[in-house]
Amino acid sequence: MTHPASVQSTGETPPGTGTTTPQRARRGWLLLVPGMLWLALFFLFPTVQLFFTSLYDPAGSYISGYQMTWEFRNYLDAVVDTWNLFARSFAYAGIATALCLILGYPLAYAIAFKAGRWKNVMLVLVIAPFFTSFLLRTLSWAAILSDQGPVTQFLQTIAILPDDGRLLATPVAVIAGLTYNFLPFMTLPLYASLDKVDYRLIEAAGDLYSSPVTGFRNVTFPLSLPGVVSGTLLTFIPASGDYINAELLGTPKQYMIGNRIQAAFITEKDYPLAASLSIILMAIVLVMVIFYVRRAGTEKLV
Amino acid sequence: MATTLTRGASGAATSGGTARQAPPRKPRLGRWMADRAVLFIGILVLVYTFVPIGYIIALSFNQPSGRSATAAFEAFTWGNWSTICDPDGLCESIRLSFAVSITATILATVLGTLMAFALVRHSFRGRAASNLVIFLPMATPEVVMGASLLAMFVSLGFDSVLGFITIVLAHVLFCLSFVVVTVKARLVGMDSRLEQAAMDLYANEWQTFRRVTLPLAMPGIVAAALLAFSLSFDDFIVTNFTAGQSVTFPLYVYGSKLKGFPPQLFVVGSLMFLVSFAIVIGGELWRRRRP
Repeated sequence: MTHPASVQSTGETPPGTGTTTPQRARRGWLLLVPGMLWLALFFLFPTVQLFFTSLYDPAGSYISGYQMTWEFRNYLDAVVDTWNLFARSFAYAGIATALCLILGYPLAYAIAFKAGRWKNVMLVLVIAPFFTSFLLRTLSWAAILSDQGPVTQFLQTIAILPDDGRLLATPVAVIAGLTYNFLPFMTLPLYASLDKVDYRLIEAAGDLYSSPVTGFRNVTFPLSLPGVVSGTLLTFIPASGDYINAELLGTPKQYMIGNRIQAAFITEKDYPLAASLSIILMAIVLVMVIFYVRRAGTEKLV
Repeated sequence: MATTLTRGASGAATSGGTARQAPPRKPRLGRWMADRAVLFIGILVLVYTFVPIGYIIALSFNQPSGRSATAAFEAFTWGNWSTICDPDGLCESIRLSFAVSITATILATVLGTLMAFALVRHSFRGRAASNLVIFLPMATPEVVMGASLLAMFVSLGFDSVLGFITIVLAHVLFCLSFVVVTVKARLVGMDSRLEQAAMDLYANEWQTFRRVTLPLAMPGIVAAALLAFSLSFDDFIVTNFTAGQSVTFPLYVYGSKLKGFPPQLFVVGSLMFLVSFAIVIGGELWRRRRP
């Protein structure tokens, strides 16, 4: 398949002003340094430290202090205890991401190509619901999906759900919450990508007798791939570490790895365990991201 | 999604006269509907995203019989709207949230914009590595980020000062990458010939930057600042780790889980929606009025 992505500008080449004189290079560094310093002090340094924390002797405590004993067993213990939480988190996050793509793609497509002069209005409407607090939105889903709520009642009436069936406190509710809360993280990158697509290319596919399905598969979708990749990542990553949806819409049976890390850190103050869980989560997410970005063939994410 | 590409494919084909097989014509109504199907689905998705907002606004008029106001609507009242500050600490938490987000937004926007300029306009060794470092925080789940910051603050003996400063430090951190990405996207799409033209017309570097580059980059910077503000204002997970005893609005909502949610929370939720909606719509109208 000839990849039509070459039509898009690669966008990464520095414009004509960016000549490489030593002086300009130095100024580039000066602009970069304050922000990089921030990232180094408050991101790289704590992450490295978190890694060391994960190797502390678990016999210590928050009060008495920890001994550094290079306890790689912590990782084994953590995985044995919580592999099901990891599996559940990635399953929930994966399903929610897929649902976001299914909901977000038509929406982004409609805004990019069909909205006409209502484009800006629709864009505002996409973001508007997310101006209110994330927690309040989740609480209001809890009310909507509750046993007396309209959705449960309706599904019971049409007998999709048994009379004693529930939505709240089930995986369905948690996944629905994740899907809803992260939808704009999918829609906006998709829109940004689709908006750059030359609509004449899509028309050309139709003119050349491709069916709508073929045209979509061979023209529209490949052209929107950068948006699909960054949208799925921006949805999947926060969803896999989230613990609010599981806590407010589910029960401990639906808890995700985020709930466990949060509890280990804040309630139990078992820092070595919490740190090893965090490092594992971060490592898995990073490996997935790298693998996925390679497969999708879009190197330029940022 | 299959219907998205339906377009009058016949136009080009029939005009040539040599078309071997014209695609079967759909009835007009069917074509009209197929053409608008995506728009219709898109609007349905939009409606779905507004359902919880409707609930929040409705619940802000609820008069619960017990202390907690969530599930059922019991009686209508205007009372919650005039007693926003009645629940203990609610208004203080909103004030703290504003202070945190405004500070974090300013810092993140300034630092992030400088970085975006460096990365787009200057080429130097280590650019790829810098891009990676900027991307990493976005690829880190918030729990991990919050946990690592808390571990660092604790080990540095910052336990006692956890509060405004540590929250701001953390918020700037996770806003920074989003600011860089947003401003970069704008800078990359900018026509650098305009700046060359300014230089050709004897503007010095500062004048060019002030009169040409900055105004062109402004929409990206404003978008980045708005994004940073909303990320910061709404953040719960990282804040929960770094706040110590301080209570921002999201922490207040979460804390009410035990005591029961006062209905005033939903008033604040409605206000947040209505005010920011009004600002965005107002901004859009103002932008359209300008010649």
